[in-house]
Amino acid sequence: MRPENEHELAAFIASANNPIRIQGGGTRPLGNPCTGEFLSTTGLTGIREYEPGALTLVVGAGTPLDEVNTVLREHGQFLPFEPMDCRKLLGTKGVSTVGGLVSANSSGPRRVLCGGCRDYVIGIRFVSGEGEFLTAGGRVMKNVTGYDISKLFVGGLGTVGILTEICFKVLPIPHDTAVLLINGLSDDQAIRAMIHALNSPFGVSGAAHLPRGMDGHPVTMIRLEGFEVSIDYRTRELTRRLAKFGDVVVERDPVRTQAGWQFVRDVELFEAAKGGDVWRVSTRSRDAAALVDMVRRSYEIDVVYDCGGAVLWIRTRESIDLRALIGPLPGHATLIRTSDANKRRYGVFHPQDAILARLSEAVRQEFDPRNLLNRGIMDCRHQVN
Amino acid sequence: MELPTPDQRILGDKARIVKRLRQVVPPDSVIDDGHETLAYECDALTAYRCPPLAVTLPSTTEEVSQILKLCHREGIPVIPRGAGTSLSGGALPTSDSVVVCVSRLNGIIDIDYDSRLVRVQAGRTNLSVTAAVEEDGFFYAPDPSSQLACTIAGNVAMNSGGAHCLKYGVTTNNLLGVRMVLMDGEIVDIGGEFLDSPGLDLLGVVCGSEGQLGIVTEAVLRILPKPEGARPTLIGFSTSEGAASCVADIIGTGVLPVAIEFMDQTCIRACEAFSGAGYPDVEALLIVEVEGSPEEIEYQQGLITQVAWRHNPVEVRQSASAEESQKIWAGRKAAFGAMGQVGDYICLDGTIPVSRLPAALGGIAELSDRYGLQVANVFHAGDGNLHPLILFNANDPAELHKCEELGAEILKLCVREGGCLSGEHGVGVEKRELMTVQFSPADLEMQMRVKDVFDRSWLLNPAKVFPLELSMARRSQ
Repeated sequence: MRPENEHELAAFIASANNPIRIQGGGTRPLGNPCTGEFLSTTGLTGIREYEPGALTLVVGAGTPLDEVNTVLREHGQFLPFEPMDCRKLLGTKGVSTVGGLVSANSSGPRRVLCGGCRDYVIGIRFVSGEGEFLTAGGRVMKNVTGYDISKLFVGGLGTVGILTEICFKVLPIPHDTAVLLINGLSDDQAIRAMIHALNSPFGVSGAAHLPRGMDGHPVTMIRLEGFEVSIDYRTRELTRRLAKFGDVVVERDPVRTQAGWQFVRDVELFEAAKGGDVWRVSTRSRDAAALVDMVRRSYEIDVVYDCGGAVLWIRTRESIDLRALIGPLPGHATLIRTSDANKRRYGVFHPQDAILARLSEAVRQEFDPRNLLNRGIMDCRHQVN
Repeated sequence: MELPTPDQRILGDKARIVKRLRQVVPPDSVIDDGHETLAYECDALTAYRCPPLAVTLPSTTEEVSQILKLCHREGIPVIPRGAGTSLSGGALPTSDSVVVCVSRLNGIIDIDYDSRLVRVQAGRTNLSVTAAVEEDGFFYAPDPSSQLACTIAGNVAMNSGGAHCLKYGVTTNNLLGVRMVLMDGEIVDIGGEFLDSPGLDLLGVVCGSEGQLGIVTEAVLRILPKPEGARPTLIGFSTSEGAASCVADIIGTGVLPVAIEFMDQTCIRACEAFSGAGYPDVEALLIVEVEGSPEEIEYQQGLITQVAWRHNPVEVRQSASAEESQKIWAGRKAAFGAMGQVGDYICLDGTIPVSRLPAALGGIAELSDRYGLQVANVFHAGDGNLHPLILFNANDPAELHKCEELGAEILKLCVREGGCLSGEHGVGVEKRELMTVQFSPADLEMQMRVKDVFDRSWLLNPAKVFPLELSMARRSQ
């Protein structure tokens, strides 16, 4: 089924009796495996409204991300949360849609400065699990009128309704970029260096550490973005402040800086062809290195530290329950890439507090009482405190 | 403005209810004396008042839980309250309600500079969050103008903004987690000291739910390193349209100021008389603030000035010192006090797309003429969040009524121009009945169904946000 407009979609859902599996571009097969009749959103496309002066863009949910990026770029603007391209990591093909990336709350390295996808979705139109056509939020960036229902859809993996239209807040593309590189740091030192940079007043827009970088050696990357005069000044200042951690190399070539951050954003180091399971762990920066160290004592793993260590991408050999190994932590671990059998065995999502799980399930049911949409994709085990 | 009919059963049972409350929290944490409860009869929307049955001042999450459990069992409506600075009547009681005021929950629980976050008790004031970290070079970004008094609990409930949210976002963008008490007394943690909680983003819905889903007792907040410096530029225009089109152009250049503030002539003159800020006597002025090192500020000010000159300004004044900055801001910061000297006013809070500023200002002027009430405009122009101030005589009930009508017309205009009813003050009781202008009955039904999940018996701040008629069946079950 591939509806061409919202009314066709609403009618289809209203008369549906069996589970439905929603698909945008099919590049992000995240969550628990689920079955059902395929429903493609790729017919719901088009830029509906774009106001560069108001920093807002309204777009059909099935619109390819590339198309949106192209339109924004013409006006020197972009989606600042740097959505990840999952195709290399997950070995998928196809064209990423905005509805898909919003449903996955896909956010990249820049979130340390700008926030994630959730912070840029300001309004939506959607069809509920009952086939009702509804609206939430609005088309202006400052809006507290009624509940912020849109947030449920960001990262909701299609379980609360089918997005048909999304209004984004957008921002101007920074004129210039510099990346400060420090080679050879231990994970622990790297995290200290990243925190030092992030706690400076220079608006660091990326802080990542690769224990095995493109050339196999440890590299720590700090990104600065802004006007040229700003970048000159901030590079100078930050280089001085980071000198105590090691020699700082500055990269300002636009092609190379972009490639470097794309490598981090898309976790290219763990591309599907090279195998292994991949987990994403969110925790406190200061706990990150110890956590990795503990896992390393049992298994050989590869790690990419993003967001100053608040986000860890960990590749293990197949069939290891990383979550059980690290035990309770402030934060959570999500199984991003593995076999369906392992997803079932370990659970994709971190066990949720029992009250929270009950509330979430009850909210989901209000939007999709027949439990037709992406059934089970977000299920997780409960944990009683 | 209408309030639901109070429950006579509760009113008649006051003595017993108060006694029960004193059994679950220390006796001096319960206020029931008719004179003392008067202090809680309204918030900053003072046009509407109603003293509650009783007021409770819990000191712990556990006490909040005990109070809610009791009220839940007894079927008593609960009104959450922070500092009572809501401009939309968010904390307005009903006579049969128990106010739960969280202002005693004001501690700092944890400061984690490595992750740039703090965990605070939610009754702590907004400004004192910054005060706790500023010596170490950090600040909490959302800065509602009531920040000296308003609490984080209230900020979370209303998703408060401020002058600097063009760059830093509003509360929801700076909130990582809450500890919250549900109406039945259950305590739940949503989010925490980490990014991207798994599962549905309930935190995103709780923030801005106007105290209808639970009472927030702790919050995890993002803190940011302080910028090296900030400087405003003042630009005066001979027409409001000139100022309005300049705003969109500034944003178009790729500079992202931390604030773009707009004032019209009525407001400029009042502020000048009140504060002697030295403002030019012009039709409209903008204050555009940028941040960074001195050389970065100078560069951005240069860009802004270049844009400004394309819009025939009467005057462009770049601040080059802390003293000049202070002077430029003095008038704007005194705006609401200054307008109070001119007369009584109500402050509106609609948002429009920035590109529609000239049309919206024209429309407001027309409505002001039609109703014969003066309207002054002072607002956050960068994000299109208007604050028209309607001047009226509060002692004249007929004029209050006319003023309410004009306010409703202006907010409808905002929605027609593609905007919304409230940018940062919330719906409360003030804009409740206008919700159908912006949302379909089905949209509102879905929002109410979310409240059903958190508060099945609709006891928590029940007569707010939704039109009374739409929520009636749920409230009177």
